[in-house]
Amino acid sequence: MRAALFIPCFVDQLYPQVGIAMVKVLRRLNVDVHYPAAQTCCGQPAFNTGCWDEARQLATRFREIFAGAEAIVCPSGSCTAMVRQFYPELIGQSAPVYEFGEFLVKKLGVTDVGARFPAKVTYHDSCHALRELRLKNEPRQLLAKVRDLELIEMDQAETCCGFGGTFAVKFPMISYAMDEVKCTSIRQTGADYVVSADSSCLMQIAGYLGRTGQPVKTISLAEVLAST
Amino acid sequence: MNAAEQFQAAATEKAGDLRHRAVIQKAIGTYDAAVAKGKTRFSDWQNARSHAAQIKWETINHLDRYLEQFERKVIENGGQVCWAETAEDARRYILALAQRRGVKRVVKSKSMTTEEIHLNEAFEHAGIEPIETDLGEYICQLRREPPYHIVTPVMHLTKADIAQTFAMPATTSAEEMTMFARAKLRQAFLTADMGVTGANFAVADTGMIAITENEGNARLSFSLPKIHVAIVGIEKLIPRLGDLALLWPLLSTSGTGQPLTAYNSLIGGPRQSGEPDGTTEFHVILLDNGRTKLLADAEQRDALHCIRCGACLNACPVYKNIGGHTYATTYQGPIGSVITPHLRDAKEWSHLPFASSLCGACTDVCPVRIDLHHHLLHNRRNAVQRGFDHPLQRLAFRLWLWAMKSPTLYRLGGKLLRFTPMTPWTKTRDFPEPPAQSFKDWWEENERRP
Repeated sequence: MRAALFIPCFVDQLYPQVGIAMVKVLRRLNVDVHYPAAQTCCGQPAFNTGCWDEARQLATRFREIFAGAEAIVCPSGSCTAMVRQFYPELIGQSAPVYEFGEFLVKKLGVTDVGARFPAKVTYHDSCHALRELRLKNEPRQLLAKVRDLELIEMDQAETCCGFGGTFAVKFPMISYAMDEVKCTSIRQTGADYVVSADSSCLMQIAGYLGRTGQPVKTISLAEVLAST
Repeated sequence: MNAAEQFQAAATEKAGDLRHRAVIQKAIGTYDAAVAKGKTRFSDWQNARSHAAQIKWETINHLDRYLEQFERKVIENGGQVCWAETAEDARRYILALAQRRGVKRVVKSKSMTTEEIHLNEAFEHAGIEPIETDLGEYICQLRREPPYHIVTPVMHLTKADIAQTFAMPATTSAEEMTMFARAKLRQAFLTADMGVTGANFAVADTGMIAITENEGNARLSFSLPKIHVAIVGIEKLIPRLGDLALLWPLLSTSGTGQPLTAYNSLIGGPRQSGEPDGTTEFHVILLDNGRTKLLADAEQRDALHCIRCGACLNACPVYKNIGGHTYATTYQGPIGSVITPHLRDAKEWSHLPFASSLCGACTDVCPVRIDLHHHLLHNRRNAVQRGFDHPLQRLAFRLWLWAMKSPTLYRLGGKLLRFTPMTPWTKTRDFPEPPAQSFKDWWEENERRP
């Protein structure tokens, strides 16, 4: 199978290891990946801030860059939702983008990717993966097959971390309070790591954990699946 | 300070108030457990939501027809109908009626539409004494505070706070406080000249209004005084009496987790000839107050499906952290942030749709399937289109767009990220250590094939 890589700007610039981990897993599963080099941003920051004219131009650009791709894989539920759920409203067209875990489970039919990750982890459902893409079981099916990994569910797995893009900058203290609630729930599990399909949520969570000196670490689903 | 600045200041303060957070988390935790249990009584909750949404869709999309049918029926039953385009129209009608009949004291049951039109202040101005008879609203009235929540007006108060409001020792039991309020309120019911209620539903095919409550105070409010006035938002219509078979349990399950509330009443008009008791006058005020503006917006019209159950407030992580008073609107939480810019000044309230992480928890719990968090996005778009956003924000997005359209500029912009950006976010949180190489650079170095 051939798949185009959609590496969101956020991952590209701040968390390249997430994209690299995804490439590693896909290759392990004999997926022929290619990376359209002209890609930048899907337009979500502008779209969510109400600047639809600006977002529309980037949506059109994205469509052109990924034209003809039969499957596009993305290590972010949020950016996948932007293209698949919101492009139709914005430009009347979508593109066949799959969130990485979703691609593995639903498109490739694989849950065991041969990973090993000896740690206690808890899973944070990112809002876009959970509520726009309805991915609740897929990441858990994948984590269940990771050797030596113990998944401990937190009470507030489905509660928003408070990032929300420009929301976190416009209303920093509301965002901070939400972060605190989330991190309290994470800490109560006693897990070593919090795992998520979205690096933006993990940045928000790590931002709080780091500043308050907590030992819990953050890691993307792709990196867990790439570990052996 | 304008409304946006007031909101920002109040939100910042409340978000850091850990006592407030603990009280609300506990209250909503109890609610969540009750609702989870309540939903299991439905054989298919999702299907029930869809069916309810369909009933409300049908109503709202044929509202003209159902309103006229309702009016006809109310008049046939001996009631009177006032069409109030604005809050002022509604107040004027009710005050004129009160003055004509020499009303001195009014008992009120819980009604958000009366909050919306600031009826208590209008009564007080006219020298008429309004008395809230719902226990929560009574406490709000004593504290001169607006309701904190559309269903649970004093969710933010502990038992000790309420004892203090009643000027009782902090150790007073809930029963003692309830009996104290009951004694006061019984007297009010017996001496009031007019009862004012809202309506949870207005039934078009019978001309009845339906009232849902737990304390029995609404029933006394509309049956003991001689005159009953119901203030009904035009979106409260439902086509048929039979629709209540679904909507009553749906409302109570979403509102409190109860299979049905303790009291559900249907009022079909004043006392008919041959009946031994009842009111002598029944007035229904059909309130527009901006609702037809929302009705004209085909994209967001479904926001008029709302049955005011409060579920979206309880699900909202923003509401849980900033509380109901911070919004400074009649309707708080997600539904408030959707409808307030339509019902009131769009510019003044344009900040509310932005005060959301767009998590979508509200949409998932809405019993009538209002597309709440997507409407927040629509309201943001409307605000920008109408030029309500900050000019600097607009400029920033133009520059950003320019950079994002060119991979070269995009790369250059990425390099600037190597210097930790100073934003309000980084004041309280650690920004990640920027990597040595972007994914793009890595791919180019390792993967690019000739």
